Amino acid sequence: MDLITPGLGLVFWTVITFLFLLIILKKFAWKPILGAVSDREEGIKKALASAENARKEMENLHADNERILKEARAEREALLKEARDIKIKMIDDAKGEAQAQADKIIEQAQAAIESEKKAAMAELKKHVADLSIDIAEKVVRAELSNKDKQLELVESMLGEAKLN
Amino acid sequence: MTLNTFKNVLFSALFIAISFVGYASESPENENDKEFNAKEMIMHHVKDAHEFHIVDWNGKPISIALPIILWTDQGLVTFMSSEFHHDDSGSHIVEKDGMRFVKYHEKIYQLEPNVQELAFDDEHHPTNASLPTDLSITRNVFMMWVSVIVLLLVFISTARVYKKSDHKIPTGIAGFMEPLIVFVRDEIAKPMIGDHKYKKYMPYLLTIFFFIWINNIFGLIPIINGANVSGNIAFTLTLAVFTFLVTTFSGNKNYWKHIFWMPGVPVPMKIFLMPIEIVGMFVKPISLMIRLFANITAGHIIILALMSLIFIFETIAVAPVSVAFSLFIGLIEIVVTAIQAYIFTVLSALYIGMATEEAHH
Repeated sequence: MDLITPGLGLVFWTVITFLFLLIILKKFAWKPILGAVSDREEGIKKALASAENARKEMENLHADNERILKEARAEREALLKEARDIKIKMIDDAKGEAQAQADKIIEQAQAAIESEKKAAMAELKKHVADLSIDIAEKVVRAELSNKDKQLELVESMLGEAKLN
Repeated sequence: MTLNTFKNVLFSALFIAISFVGYASESPENENDKEFNAKEMIMHHVKDAHEFHIVDWNGKPISIALPIILWTDQGLVTFMSSEFHHDDSGSHIVEKDGMRFVKYHEKIYQLEPNVQELAFDDEHHPTNASLPTDLSITRNVFMMWVSVIVLLLVFISTARVYKKSDHKIPTGIAGFMEPLIVFVRDEIAKPMIGDHKYKKYMPYLLTIFFFIWINNIFGLIPIINGANVSGNIAFTLTLAVFTFLVTTFSGNKNYWKHIFWMPGVPVPMKIFLMPIEIVGMFVKPISLMIRLFANITAGHIIILALMSLIFIFETIAVAPVSVAFSLFIGLIEIVVTAIQAYIFTVLSALYIGMATEEAHH
């Protein structure tokens, strides 16, 4: 029975000892230790978070770089394409213009040739007429220089007139 | 394989031989004048005492005298336990301030005036003496203070490590103690009480955990294992009362409502549950008290009983068996020291957690 009867003296000293231990340890041990542990945990948490942030930033930077590079590439592509287009267009334009010019020149040349030809023809006709008159004058003069011949001519003409 | 078999055979043979020898020499040829009483010896070791008895050397006890403090009806009386001259039978009378005291079965009696000798009734209870209030520094109080000194040294030097270190790196003793402290925080306080409220109770939980553990461990050290602090019901009672007080004073509205007017059940059930819950309030700390007391005391009794076998059989041949078994029990006890400290702390935290839990329905 003694074994399970709490002794008052031990209860008394346990209360005092425990309260003393609790107060002293709380002040000089648990507070600094728990404080240090949680401080360190906070520190680790913060360090991990900032590392994560840095990693994200790096990723963002990388993505940005990638994007810029892509844009630059696209721009170069576009520039090259535009240049090619312009070149083709310029060639086409030049070709068209040259064609038109050439056509025009040919047309003019043809018109000039035509008019020259007409003028030449008219000249030729006039020359032929003049020549014919000259020849006819000469022939008539030669024919009429001799009386006999003049007679003969008249007669032949008459004869012809008769015939008609 | 062959080596193991050989070992097994050897051990079996040894044990059989030992038990034969033990059996054979049980014959009552060597009669001692003083008969060995196992119960008395065990009780003497398990219970508290007024002096710190270490060993008997050549028939003379070697012990540390401890102060005896008595609160009598005539005031405080103090003297050293050595004045009893190791007498525990009530025959040696110490006279102080006109009062006479005797020590009988580790209790200090104040003899009535004009009485020369302690008289007993049929059940060996003293009849002519009174019991003054005994506030002596017994060996349990002494060991408790030793444990307090050790705890203070360990944890204050742990705290100093963090102060010295710039980055609060746990080196040296802190490297060993910090996991234990973090264990109490993360495995006991946080899950039982909750992430928001646990901080307030951390000092209490840490203190009971390490206080119980170290006293359990000290109880296992052979030379001083007479000091059975955590196996003393007064010690466990006090700690259980502390847990009860902490629980009761941190009880919120929800806790008291669950005790006196259980929500969510019909009215007859509420009335029926009220006395049960009120009893439960007290049963919880009582179970804490009994669990720790019984576990630690039982461990001591088993080891002492195994050792008593040597004296009961009166042969040293039993010694290897006794030693082997008590070694085995001792190993279990080492685990028990931590487990019981853990259980006490977990349950205290659980009760505190129940008292501070917010209504969630």
